[in-house]
Amino acid sequence: MSDASYLSLEKLTLAYGDSVAVANLDLDIRKGELIALLGPSGCGKTTTMRAIAGLLAVKSGHVRLDGADITRMPANKRAVGLMFQSYALFPHLSVYENVAFGLKLKGMRGTELETKVQSGLKSVGLSTFANRKPAELSGGQQQRVALARSMVMEPKVLLLDEPLSNLDARLRLEMRTELQRVQKETGVTMIFVTHDQAEALALADRIVVMKSGKIEQIGSPEDIYNRPTSSFVADFVGFENIFPLENGKMKTSAGLIDLSGKAPSAAGLAWRPRMVTLGTGPFQGTVRGTSFAGDAREYLLDTALGPIKAEVEASQPPHALGAGLTFDLPAEKAAPLSRFV
Amino acid sequence: MTARSLFIPITLLLVIAFLIGPFLIIVAASFSAGETLAFPPQGFSLRWIAKVFTVESFRASFGMSLFLAIGGTAAALVLGIPASYALSRYKLPGAEIVRTIVSAPIIVPGIIVGLALLRYIVVPFQVGITLALFLAHTALVLPYAVRVVSASLDNLRSDIEEAAVLLGSSRLGAFFRVVMPNIRGGIMSAFILGFVTSFNQVPVSLFLSGPGVRTLPVDMIAYMEIVFDPSVAALSSLLAFLSIGIVFIAERFLGFSRYV
Ligand SMILES: Nc1ncnc2c1ncn2[C@@H]1O[C@H](COP(=O)(O)OP(=O)(O)OP(=O)(O)O)[C@@H](O)[C@H]1O
Ligand SMILES: [Mg+2]
Repeated sequence: MSDASYLSLEKLTLAYGDSVAVANLDLDIRKGELIALLGPSGCGKTTTMRAIAGLLAVKSGHVRLDGADITRMPANKRAVGLMFQSYALFPHLSVYENVAFGLKLKGMRGTELETKVQSGLKSVGLSTFANRKPAELSGGQQQRVALARSMVMEPKVLLLDEPLSNLDARLRLEMRTELQRVQKETGVTMIFVTHDQAEALALADRIVVMKSGKIEQIGSPEDIYNRPTSSFVADFVGFENIFPLENGKMKTSAGLIDLSGKAPSAAGLAWRPRMVTLGTGPFQGTVRGTSFAGDAREYLLDTALGPIKAEVEASQPPHALGAGLTFDLPAEKAAPLSRFV
Repeated sequence: MTARSLFIPITLLLVIAFLIGPFLIIVAASFSAGETLAFPPQGFSLRWIAKVFTVESFRASFGMSLFLAIGGTAAALVLGIPASYALSRYKLPGAEIVRTIVSAPIIVPGIIVGLALLRYIVVPFQVGITLALFLAHTALVLPYAVRVVSASLDNLRSDIEEAAVLLGSSRLGAFFRVVMPNIRGGIMSAFILGFVTSFNQVPVSLFLSGPGVRTLPVDMIAYMEIVFDPSVAALSSLLAFLSIGIVFIAERFLGFSRYV
């Protein structure tokens, strides 16, 4: 086992009956890494997590953890923790008993158990809630109990399936910080699933973007945010103006178009709204829609190239609906895409 | 008040009278001092209440009914809990058919069940009456057990079982550690409902009685054919209060009506 592959998925194929949900997935994760699994609904994120945890039988391929092939190992022997979106706390047990559940099954008793559970509760700030039932806690508190329950088991890998999606915006931010702190303190290898690219960018060491059962791109948050390699990822992380390239020319509804500046050799180019230059340039558009987003103003332009989204600082004077504007798509600012789908 | 506004209260009173009336008549009759079952009761005494406890056959058939109600219901739960679990957790191909078959005894009149059991099980296979009664009562209670237990299983998230497994429990262990404790109320309710159903069962038991082997309700019918004294009324009152007591306690401590 090399350090770079503490957890590795090799040609992993997962299916429900005959319908394949995840195909030939390869992924290597370092010890202590925090990985975000990002992708649209139904792309196979939960399926992959369940297979790593051992809750779903693998159709073909391998799962290796800490040097051992765990592909066929029963879920209760894997030392893999999973935090469910629903928290899945045991409703009949107190917070203390919930956290003690797995430790007791390990045979831990007496003061050792007591100490361990208390320190687990303390690490998520719930010491005073030990005797409550899960139903008597808020969503955020239940989440913490679930985290403590998984963490006291000292899992080799902790999987989190949309851990923050049931929380309101403020709690989300709080729990996000909490997860990051626990991960840094314990050094546990973590994979979390999210729909929310901001969350993935803020938390992860590396981001895995999935699309219909396959990995679309793996990279650091900077890579994913600034250098998407495919039109799918570009679209997912907010490049809203995406065009294919043909012989260095942009292919649009108005035919092949030359760009200002030198177009790189790529399959496509993508611009974030704020990479579009408004007011000067070779192209002409009409303001079709506008929206104010605090520090910026967004325009939707009707152009010969198709709809273009542009964003400028809110301090700039606004353009009215129906106004004609010139604009530019500078090639040197664009993200070059190696795959256009 | 108009005639219209009187209509509803009067209907309500009539319904209550029809529901509660017979019960009140029986209770009143059991305190009669007279020699025959009659209403209004003649005088007041506890002699018929006392007599109930001295009738030998009542004691034997009460024991039999108690055995059937407890044993049959317990057996129905032992079969019904795993069945409900399988029906609610796995998408089995024939699940709907199984559900229908399991609830058949609720739909099929008891008298047919009793006759069929006698004709096709007891006679050809020489099954003893006690065993036949036990099987019959188990089968009768099973649909109630499945229905009530299923209802509480459907209300229980299934991901807690997976959580238990990931914390080191086996699948079976997870069932006993996190499923059973959470459906305890449903199981207790199923037990009480099954107990009362079995205890009050007449048509099936009517076919399955033999020398010295009778359930209490069947025995009471037989007794009344010979002796027409108020002791049957007294016994009925005692049983009614027993049932009411059980249901009251169940409602108080389990929220029984949630499950039924
Ligand atoms: N129990 C199941 N039986 C059959 N197909 C399933 C089952 N669970 C998921 N699928 C299918 O497998 C594919 C992947 O589903 P999965 O739940 O892994 O998606 P996901 O990425 O977690 O989506 P979401 O973001 O909505 O949670 C989907 O096409 C889904 O319809
Ligand atoms: Mg999912």
